Amino acid sequence: MVDASPVLKLEAVSKTYNPGTPAEVEVLHQIDLTLQHGEFVALMGPSGSGKSTLLNIIGLLDRPSAGGLFIDGQNTADLNDSELTSLRGHSIGFVFQSHFLISAFTALENVMMPMLVDQRFPNAAMRERAHTLLAEMDLDKWEDNLANNMSGGQQQRVAIARGLAMNPALILADEPTGNLDTKSTDTVFEMMRRVNVKDKTTFLIVTHNLDLAQRCDRIIEVVDGRIVRATK
Amino acid sequence: MNSWIPFEWTAAIRFLKEGRMQTAFIITGIAIGVAVIVFMAALLTSLQSSFISLVLTSQPHIKIIPQDELARPLRIAQPGSEVLRVEQRPAQRLRSIDQWQSINRQLWKRTDITQVSATLSTSALAIRGDTTQSISLTGIDADSYFRIVKIPDYLKLGTPVLGSDSIIIGTELAKNLGVTIGDKFNVTGANNAAQILTVSGIFDLRNEGANETNAFVALRTAQTLSNLAGGVTTINVNVQDAYAAQTIAETIETSTGNKVESWIKTSADFFAAVRTQAISFGIIEGFVGLSVAFGIASVMVVSVIQRSKEIGILRAMGTSQKQILTVFLLQGGVLGFFGSLAGSALGGAAFVIFHTVVRQADGKEIFPFVLQPSLFVIAILLAITTGVAAAAMPAFRAAKLDPVVAMRG
Repeated sequence: MVDASPVLKLEAVSKTYNPGTPAEVEVLHQIDLTLQHGEFVALMGPSGSGKSTLLNIIGLLDRPSAGGLFIDGQNTADLNDSELTSLRGHSIGFVFQSHFLISAFTALENVMMPMLVDQRFPNAAMRERAHTLLAEMDLDKWEDNLANNMSGGQQQRVAIARGLAMNPALILADEPTGNLDTKSTDTVFEMMRRVNVKDKTTFLIVTHNLDLAQRCDRIIEVVDGRIVRATK
Repeated sequence: MNSWIPFEWTAAIRFLKEGRMQTAFIITGIAIGVAVIVFMAALLTSLQSSFISLVLTSQPHIKIIPQDELARPLRIAQPGSEVLRVEQRPAQRLRSIDQWQSINRQLWKRTDITQVSATLSTSALAIRGDTTQSISLTGIDADSYFRIVKIPDYLKLGTPVLGSDSIIIGTELAKNLGVTIGDKFNVTGANNAAQILTVSGIFDLRNEGANETNAFVALRTAQTLSNLAGGVTTINVNVQDAYAAQTIAETIETSTGNKVESWIKTSADFFAAVRTQAISFGIIEGFVGLSVAFGIASVMVVSVIQRSKEIGILRAMGTSQKQILTVFLLQGGVLGFFGSLAGSALGGAAFVIFHTVVRQADGKEIFPFVLQPSLFVIAILLAITTGVAAAAMPAFRAAKLDPVVAMRG
């Protein structure tokens, strides 16, 4: 069961690099996309098709050259860098292929990080939330370990827990299982799915794994900067 | 990790702790730089304190002497005519300061003056047997004069007591005349006024010329020997703030009409030497500080490159540019703080050892030990400022990193 209001809406989004120069290249063309609350969506496409650019734009790390981008109904076109950073921190969680945990901090501290950056959470609440998330990822026994001392699968689960720390409406996962073995891939996928079902958190997962994609609610396929197929 | 410690502080400290080898090396580098600066600054302060103390204990802050005598033309030019004249500068007689007792009383009333002592300086001949030597004789009121010029501090033999027939002389004069404490010799002043005086003290001003020519007698004895009964040639003055001596001297000159000289004017060469020394030390300290700053900057540049992916992910999870900037500025400041703490201890210890080990031949200290706590406070504050300033460029670079580019590495 999904909510009717869209958590994300893209209207004719285009992205052009080096505009007005001989090296000008349009990598996204007139993308229209809507994600509803609680959806679990796979984004597929060959390398160089524009998936990462699309994900960066959706994640407010990059701006579109044209078109509209709405997060929870809010038009992002009028926001300055500081407002975009704040919106990103509160509404979007990231999970990357290479985890990108902060090596100087423990698993628990990495999960607490977005809340610490936000500076609005009491210490006890922050710890409790991080502890709960790690427990959900079956990592409560590892919470005091430095990120570097954990396996790839464990690190990726910590990264998912960190992505969920601010209870965002949307999680963007860029090949989250790309570096994991089959067993860890299944574990990580199942944990994301469990969160999706339990909290109605929307997931947009970039993957090359067709088997995983087929276990999602929808598959969106991008080729040459255009959405060529969207299948249930 | 606690919410009451700002994220920026936590991240800065953790990043430094994680790169502990790098951090240890740069803190050592900063410590050595700060130690050199602390040591040199302490040495300079001590040397200058020694020089100034030497200068100020061997002369008054201000001297009041009579105006030079000028030739007075007898013929005055009438309106419409000119008088052509050749003026020859007259020889300067030994003259007393007019109304010196009144001036003395006037000076004592001033709150910025701490000591006043009238003296009479004249030349005389010291004669013993076949030996005759010209001397510079100063008649003093021992009680007040020794509070200005610390002759008792330089006494090698005898006591700083002056009766009407006693004299205090320098080591060289004592050697030349072959006298010691209790011996007598003849002193002949102006107009052949002579008196036999007994040596009551022998001083060493650490200057051969001064030890050979200077001698001190009671004021009344000098007045008798110079035929200047009741007169004085100089009023010596010490003031609260030695560095305000010139300003005070100018006001005294205006109010008394006498010639007034301050130690600042008469010791201009000394001040130039002190200033040159301070500038040299300052230049060396500046270059050391610069090398410390470049050391911090280079470590921070490397740190930003090493952590670009982490900066990217921090930005992605909502960390503002200002927060990233603060994280790296704090690292510079923290490096400066701990480096300067270690450097202050190292520099202070080196100065203590230097002062203890390096001594004069007779075991006395070469300079007084002056190590003010404010020196450490200033060194630490400067090091923190330098650390933050040196980290500024790398910190701005980190803050401006595009998160997408940063995460791509």
